[in-house]
This record gives sequence, C-alpha cells and structure tokens, in this order.
Amino acid sequence: MGIPRFWRETPSRYNLIGTKCGSCGMIHFPPRIICPACHRKSIGKMERTHLSGEGKIVSYSIVHDAPHSFEMQKPYVVAIIELEGGCRLTAPIIDCSPSDVSIGMEVEAAFRKLGEQGEDGVIHYGYKFRPAREATK
Amino acid sequence: MRDVAIIGVGDTEFGELWDLSFREIGIEAGLKAIQDAGIAGQQIDALFVGNMSAGKFIEQEHVAPLVSDYSGLSPRHIPTYRIESAGACGAAALACAHMSVASGIYNIVVVGGAEKMTDVGDTQAAEILSATADQEWESVFGATFASLYAMMARRHMYNYGTTREQLASVAVKNHKNGSLNPNAQYRREITPEMVLKAPPVAEPLGLFDCAPLSDGAAAVVLCPLDTAKRFTDTPVKIAGYGQSSDTLALHDRRDITTMDATVIAAKKAFHTAKLKPEDIQLAEVHDNFTITEVMAIEDLGFVKKGEGGPATEDGKTALNADVSVNTSGGLKARGQPVGATGLAQAVEVVRQLRGECDKRQVDDAEIGLTHNLGGTGASAVVHILRRVN
Repeated sequence: MGIPRFWRETPSRYNLIGTKCGSCGMIHFPPRIICPACHRKSIGKMERTHLSGEGKIVSYSIVHDAPHSFEMQKPYVVAIIELEGGCRLTAPIIDCSPSDVSIGMEVEAAFRKLGEQGEDGVIHYGYKFRPAREATK
Repeated sequence: MRDVAIIGVGDTEFGELWDLSFREIGIEAGLKAIQDAGIAGQQIDALFVGNMSAGKFIEQEHVAPLVSDYSGLSPRHIPTYRIESAGACGAAALACAHMSVASGIYNIVVVGGAEKMTDVGDTQAAEILSATADQEWESVFGATFASLYAMMARRHMYNYGTTREQLASVAVKNHKNGSLNPNAQYRREITPEMVLKAPPVAEPLGLFDCAPLSDGAAAVVLCPLDTAKRFTDTPVKIAGYGQSSDTLALHDRRDITTMDATVIAAKKAFHTAKLKPEDIQLAEVHDNFTITEVMAIEDLGFVKKGEGGPATEDGKTALNADVSVNTSGGLKARGQPVGATGLAQAVEVVRQLRGECDKRQVDDAEIGLTHNLGGTGASAVVHILRRVN
C-alpha cells in the first residue's frame, strides 16, 4: 500500500477528528460529508470536531488468530468503544490484561504505533484505548 | 413483472479441492444445473456469476466471461455479469438474475456462484475475508472478521444471557446435518465438548464456531414461471425476495446484536411472498459463525429476539423440528466458498422442495427460505422458494 493511504487519514487517526452535523448535532467518526439523519440539509454544514477520546466499551474480543501484521501482539483485545454523543469506533485495548477488560469499562485514547509497511516501510500511528486513568487508580 | 421459477440446480462438492481450478468448479456446477434443467446452451440468454474476490484468491478478475468461455458459450457472445456483495454475492447474483427475468429482458438465465479459496494460505484467506469489513476503520486497528462476530456474540451474551453452550449447539446441529449431505465439506458429527474445547480464534468464539475456508461452486437456472413446466415437472417458484444494506462498519450499527439488514430484507421477502415466518418449513441461513445463525433465526422472525440460543439448544431448529435450519450443514459443515454460499443455499432448498434430500429430507417440504449475508451484515439477501404443484 502506498504511503498516502495512511497519511491522508492522519487528522482523524492522530487527533480523533470527526464531524458534527450543523443541522441535528449528531457526531460522526470518521468525518462524513453527509449526515445519515439529515441528508440534503446537512450538506456543507458538517463541522469538524475534536473528540475527547473518553468512552466506554460496548463489546470486545480477545484475538488469537491474528493477521500477519498483528502476529507479534496476540493475544490482543479489540473493542467497540462508545464516545461522546453516542459515536462509536473500533480500537485495540492496551495497557491492561485481556482478563481485566469488561463491557461498560471506561477507557481513554492513547497515541500508539498501529503498524508498518514491512521491515523497510513507513510506520503508521493512530489511536488505541487504555483503561481510563481514574478507573485504574 | 413476471413470476420466475428455478428449473435446474447444480453444485460441486465443497472442500479443499486441490486438483480443481476456479474455472473447473464454476463450469461443473453450471453444467450440472443446465443438464438438470434440460436446456441447451443456445437457449441461455445471460449468465450471472456471484464471486467475492477472485482477484485476491486466484489473481483473476473478469471471471464472468471466463466461466461463459469455458462453458463453451463464447461463440454465442451472451451478456455476462459478475456480482460482488461480499458473502452475499451468490444470493445477490440470484436477485439480479431474478430481476432480469421478471422484467422480461431475458427468458432463460444461468446464475452461478464460485470461490476458490485454498490457493492462498489460511492467514491470507482470513485477511481477504476481513476486507469485507471496513478496512480503514476496523481492519487497520486489528479487528479480524472473526473478532467482529465475536463482539456481536459477547454483546448478545451480555444482553440476553446467551451461553457458549448454546452457541456450540449451532455447530453440533449443523455438523449433524452435514453428516447426511454427500457434498458437505465436513461429514462428521461433533460433540458440544469438542466445540467448547477447540482453540480460541477470537474469544468468545473458537475454531468450531467458525465456518471453514472452502473451494466450491453452485448454480441454478431461471425462467419465467409460465413456461417452467416445459422444462421440468418440479419447478420451484421464487415466491419472495428482499435485499437490504446497512453501515459497512459494525460499530456504526444501531444495535450489534441485531442485523437490521436481515430484518428489513426478511420483511420485504415475506411481504412479496404473502407469507409469515411461521409458514417457513426449512431455512438455509448464513452461519459463517455460530452467533450468526442465532441472530439470523431471531431477525428472520422464527424465534423472539434473544431466544435464538435456547431455541437451538432445545432442538427447535433441528431437522424436522419447528423449522429445519441449515439442512445442508450450512456454511459451517457444508462449507463456505464465499461466492457460492448463496447459490448453494438455493440449491439445497430446491432439492428439499423436490423431495430429493434422502436422509436429511424435510417432511412434505413446500416452502423454504434462504438468507445470505455480506460482511458483518452490511448486506443481507432473503429469498423464499415455493414448490409449484
């Protein structure tokens, strides 16, 4: 894969940039051009918004049968996380044991290496999620 | 709109067919369907091919004319179409072919589905399947295809109390049915313990919760219902049809324990067939993972939401029980050559309605349903098939 494929997504993958519909206020991640609730009314009114990166786990899985690029990380946890405004995304859960993860657990975004394009290729980065700091104290 | 009938069916064995190429399996299924229909090549108006990813599995695109060519039809220059809809491409191809005959554009069409998955390694094949999820916002973050279904399973357990044992009962039932199907990839029964003790793939799902990687093909022949009796004494009418889509990424769904695409496709299919879920005697439903069948029998209306697990464990979906689900063995035991699954479902239901299924025959089968999914439920296709007396 070419570098631009990763590079063009960096605003959202580095800084959790989504969009907020100027018509109904619904938040989407990654950014959308049209709001699925407002359709035509939302065109040109989708404002970029920075998500807080604080959320709760909706569901999760412990992956044992991993793709080649994640082979070294298995077993690892991948989860669906609900952020503010009900907006959801999928991300790995890190900095805790898989057995500590549960539905409803509070998590926060962390900036991490996501993968690399082979041994000599570029490294690409983005968000992973870890237990929220208050929760781990 | 004209009513449309299936007048011929054909399929290959499913499995690791090392000695057969993509074109060989595609043609085997197609020729069997044509012979079953008793038609000649000159009568075929068009060919529809359901195929998910020949480009990645065998590095060959443009497979619709390939199948036509090696079927000996190149001198006739018939129109050929390849339909891609992830795991639902077989049923989506059937839907497109159905529309083409119903509309009056074509009279006799062949619809085939084929996938050759074992020319690549298991890990690569799993990565190709993952491409039916959202590559940029799911797969890049380490979500595998199995892990996405595992997240549905875990949430289904959380919301409804579904158990690992109940999920295992799906695999046990489908292997039992598969043991009665000479074309199934797995023809051996398994025990609940084998499912529960299998190595984990993506917890809470283990190896025996997952359908296999397979080579295989299946095909049907369609014509207008009013001319079907010229070709066969046992035409099967496409009585109902519905197709629906949803968000590509699982995390964008309203509820990850229900597939709205299935609910809406089923609603359309029951409406067009003027039938209700309780009228269905047998159903071939998409069971790429055990949780998928549990959700499917709920979303199709056979059982209430949340009761798919207990219903399966209690035997309500076993052969000749309340509704016979996946008599072929399903994707789980019959096999999962992705592009062929939707057509293999139609082939099984047609054979059931004709009374040709021997030890796995559903008594007095008159009405059956097929349910084929793409990705994690971003595509769903439901057909209702009915015997014509």
